[in-house]
Amino acid sequence: MTDSGMFGARGTGDTSGYGGLVRTAASTGSSERPYGGYFDEVADDLERAYPEFSNAIERVVVDRGELTLHVKREKLIEVALILRDNLKFEMCMGVSGIHYPNNEGRELVAVYPLLSMTNNRRIRLEVSVADSDAHIPSLVEVWAGNNWHERETFDMFGIIFDGHPGLTRILMPDDWQGHPQRKDYALGGIAVEYKGATTPPPSDRRSYK
Amino acid sequence: MTTFDPYAPSRETTEGTVFSVTGGDWDSLVQEIGSTKEERVVVNMGPQHPSTHGVLRLILELEGETVTEVRCGIGYLHTGIEKNMEYRSWTQGTTFVTRMDYLGPIFNETAYCLAIEKLLGITNDIPERASVIRVMMMELNRISSHMVALGTGALELGAITPMFFAFREREIVLDLFEMISGLRMNMAYIRPGGVQQDLPEGAIPKIRDAVKQMRKNFKDNTSLLVGNSIWLKRTQGIGYLDLAGATTLGITGPVLRSTGLPWDLRKVQPYCGYENYNFDVITADTCDVYGRFLIRMNELEQSLRIIEQALDKLELLEGAPVMVADKKIAWPAQLALGSDGLGNSLNHIREIMGTSMESLIHHFKLVTEGFHVPAGQVYQAVESPRGELGAHVVSDGGTRPYRMHFREPSFNNLQATSAMSEGGMIADIIGAVASIDPVMGGVDR
Repeated sequence: MTDSGMFGARGTGDTSGYGGLVRTAASTGSSERPYGGYFDEVADDLERAYPEFSNAIERVVVDRGELTLHVKREKLIEVALILRDNLKFEMCMGVSGIHYPNNEGRELVAVYPLLSMTNNRRIRLEVSVADSDAHIPSLVEVWAGNNWHERETFDMFGIIFDGHPGLTRILMPDDWQGHPQRKDYALGGIAVEYKGATTPPPSDRRSYK
Repeated sequence: MTTFDPYAPSRETTEGTVFSVTGGDWDSLVQEIGSTKEERVVVNMGPQHPSTHGVLRLILELEGETVTEVRCGIGYLHTGIEKNMEYRSWTQGTTFVTRMDYLGPIFNETAYCLAIEKLLGITNDIPERASVIRVMMMELNRISSHMVALGTGALELGAITPMFFAFREREIVLDLFEMISGLRMNMAYIRPGGVQQDLPEGAIPKIRDAVKQMRKNFKDNTSLLVGNSIWLKRTQGIGYLDLAGATTLGITGPVLRSTGLPWDLRKVQPYCGYENYNFDVITADTCDVYGRFLIRMNELEQSLRIIEQALDKLELLEGAPVMVADKKIAWPAQLALGSDGLGNSLNHIREIMGTSMESLIHHFKLVTEGFHVPAGQVYQAVESPRGELGAHVVSDGGTRPYRMHFREPSFNNLQATSAMSEGGMIADIIGAVASIDPVMGGVDR
């Protein structure tokens, strides 16, 4: 990438002028039973319906009243099918990517918020993969509505969803280079071409440095 | 091609002959297409097309007038809002999110602020007056958004008068927004911890008058469209999507409720105190464009009911705070309307510039650096006029979001275009897309 970022932002890109702090946001802790609320019931039901539970679920995290199941990517489809068919999580509200460049071996994370309308419950699945092997099985076969969401996450983070019926860019132009929402992709710095004339990026037009 | 036609030039590609249509050239175009052996025609509709609800591009495969395949091309309005927010403080983020789904700015702001408040653990500390104002603003916004959905939807199907009525009603709401927040759109009025400022003096009677006026005005569109035989022919049985299809595609909002399922987050997973209001969840069981139209029409009255109840509550809460008490989060300046518009209150300026250096430091720190949000992630959903609007917010403990993602109902629901339109007539695509009511600013973000 040739761009240097808008407004001369470097490093963390902190525009407040205060930060200077680089944090690795990924937490590694795991929650203890009881999880509280309906979370214990969800975990119990899943354990009962899915004998490989302890092998497939790496961590169970309860934070701020929300349950997150960290799933091994090899087991993602199995877990998703059981959650859909046995635990009645009929809807997947898409997928959101997160990029932790300092979290070696687990740089890219895909987060799936699930909704059960039958039981009026919400949980979340999380899958982490290495940047060098950014493949996650596609859930389009399980929840067809994930189609565009996975395309967006591929577009923005470069996570490849294996088995997706047509994994192409969706928001960025087809010939775009790079994946804009990764942390190593600077903000701005892209020239705009219109009818043959090129307008330089704001970061080159003025100096806020 | 025998002669060169300046209005419909054609060129050969690997995909077949491509015609560029500029209008007024239909005879020669039909002749040209008729001379080819292939029955199948691929037509590109949009992104600049008056009936595609903004910059939506539809790629249609036709056989005669029957649609065999529809694909949506989106991204023409992608502005990188999620990325930009990672470079701005939490409070500044409200000015970004409000520009996503520009017909429902208050919903974007509320979803975003509720998510931040959940991360901060201050959900229960939000003053009641702030929550009631949020509810009132959301319901006003629902009316203005549904008005655009109905007005443009009718316009796209060839009915012009409903659009005039709908925009007249929308104007009433926008005037109220202007009175309350100073802006008609993109208000950034809902802020983390509360709302930007209290209602101005005399706002409640004005809103009551507006509610009365709107209730009367809504009858105009009802009498124009409900039961109108032309309207029925264009909407009944069109854009069919049943519950199974809606569930697997993740469809929410009026499209889901048109399958008969009373799924409304305001009822089933209440936020901002929606459990304290009396209103009905409107459903239809026709699974078609007409059902969705009726749902939107009837939701208007429910919104008016909620607004009236909110106004009653606001009268009892006169003078109560509208921002969280924690001074480490609440925006320091108390805004006031001066002769030159809205700005910092002069009393506050007097204090920080004249009497208290600590106040100045506090103000400076909070405005430039912002507040820290403890590390973690949350997903907060609200019922926007188009369905479930979810904010997935990740914090690393800093003063800016580590990652923001919006689960936009328009983005998700637009996927249903193919299921609703394939096998139907080309003219019915318009009705199907209009019934989804996608807002491209939200789709592309």
